[in-house]
Amino acid sequence: MDIPKYKLRKYIVSTSIAWFLGLIWLIPFIGVLMASIRPYTEIVGGWWHFSPFTITLKNFVNAFNHPMFPISEGLKNSLIIAIPSTIIPLLVAALAAYAFARYSFPIKHYLFAFIIFLMALPQQMTIVPLYFLLRNLHLLNKFQGLILVHSAWGLAWIIFFMRNYFSMLPTDVEEAAKIDGASDFKIFYKIVLPMALPGLISAAILQFTWVWSDFFLALVFLQNPEKYVATQRLPLLRGQYFVDWGVLTAASIMVLLVPLLVYALFQKYYISGMIGWSTEK
Amino acid sequence: MKRPKSLVSLFFLLPALILMVPFVIYPVFKTIYLSFFFGDEFVGLENYKNVLLSSDIVNLERFPTNSPPWGALVHNVVWIVIHLPVTVFLGLGIALLLRKKEVKGSSIVKSIVFLGMVIPMIVGGLIIRFLFEEGAGVVPAIFKALGIERLAITWTAYPQTALFAAILGSIWIWTGFSMLMYSAGLASIPRDYYEAALIDGASRFQIFKNVTWPLLKPITIVIVAMTLLWDLKIFDIVYVATGGGPGGASMVLALQMWDYFARALNYNYAAVVAVLLTTLTIIPALWLIRRRE
Repeated sequence: MDIPKYKLRKYIVSTSIAWFLGLIWLIPFIGVLMASIRPYTEIVGGWWHFSPFTITLKNFVNAFNHPMFPISEGLKNSLIIAIPSTIIPLLVAALAAYAFARYSFPIKHYLFAFIIFLMALPQQMTIVPLYFLLRNLHLLNKFQGLILVHSAWGLAWIIFFMRNYFSMLPTDVEEAAKIDGASDFKIFYKIVLPMALPGLISAAILQFTWVWSDFFLALVFLQNPEKYVATQRLPLLRGQYFVDWGVLTAASIMVLLVPLLVYALFQKYYISGMIGWSTEK
Repeated sequence: MKRPKSLVSLFFLLPALILMVPFVIYPVFKTIYLSFFFGDEFVGLENYKNVLLSSDIVNLERFPTNSPPWGALVHNVVWIVIHLPVTVFLGLGIALLLRKKEVKGSSIVKSIVFLGMVIPMIVGGLIIRFLFEEGAGVVPAIFKALGIERLAITWTAYPQTALFAAILGSIWIWTGFSMLMYSAGLASIPRDYYEAALIDGASRFQIFKNVTWPLLKPITIVIVAMTLLWDLKIFDIVYVATGGGPGGASMVLALQMWDYFARALNYNYAAVVAVLLTTLTIIPALWLIRRRE
């Protein structure tokens, strides 16, 4: 095939710029990977020096079994918190979103605008009273307390997201079921929820990733070192006399691997969630 | 299909309200209430005066000729002034570049740029620290190779550079968002528009100015609003990359709030900073709400 010269030049220029940008964005990750698989002495002067080049898994072992803040325990705690903190708000928000999408009731529009406002709310706005509330309920330093807070915080954006999703679904099947005498709740869980499955998956993936990645709420509500989640343990692995980049980067990789895998496996849902959550259909 | 059944909708809304009222809505009003008290004593706007006039929040004596600390609020503003235009236009540029048919492997590059959005922010902050550390980090090494010794240092350890290290790192993380949104926006523009413009003999710049950019406007508004929210709420990155230091040189509002709350145990000042932060986030939030109507 004959490619005109100017087209070839355009191809080379555009592709090189794109890959150069990609490389710049990738370099920090390459650095992390290098630091995690090599001994401290080899990366302290720059991980881009390759002689000597020793590969070791010691950093991962040390981070996993750290004497003070083992990341293994943190990963376990993160999982114990992230799973219910995904399921609870998803079910609760789906119900509420259905009401916003299909029914009319007083103050509906004000309530919905308020929910959008809550999406923008900084978590800082609630933590002082929440801290005392959870303390009074004996839920401070307990996974249940953090799960409740995460669930409540996830609701606003999942309601917004699912309401947009429900609004796009065709309503004729629901109307037919209505004529056949099905109850509102039955229509919801027998017809609407299955149809909305892709939306539910997107919301679940983003909520799970955000809870897993949360640092601030855990920092405030889990103060007992055994309860610390993975993100909370990371900054504590610094090392006593110097920043031990080997252990820190190895632990970082273990913590970021979970959201990265979720992203890789569910990329389509992840992206449509990202776009649907922040825009309007 | 609007079914006007208040009672049924209440049934659907009830679980959400049961969770949101005690854990989100009540604390919001309680925080406002706390901001007017000192201990148990009602002091009106006294706390606001003390906090806003303290050098923690605004320290204009040093701005801009001396190095930070300039105060947490000023740092957030500096953050917005640098981070917002850079990420928005960089994201747009990358989205435009990667849309071209002749770019091979554009979806891989897109995934790489988006990666910063996928990882936990606390990891992002650690990576920023690592990037800017003298010896082990890439950035000081590059400046050393260029012979710019002043920047061949551990950026997070010096007041002149700590804030900018965090902002640059935040550009690395957040550009993926704007790129993703613009890519989706560009993909939704019908091809006929371009074909029609080409037939009319429009130049590439004219097409961008008169077709692409106006059609992207709704997306741009969302990106700008979301980026503003991100810039105002920034916490994890700063907490782990610099800790707000040295000497408050990279302190931001969200971290200052936590500082008052957890270190100084001054719940009333913490509440004031929280209210201040929320007041600022209302601006982009209203923008997003208004766009719906």
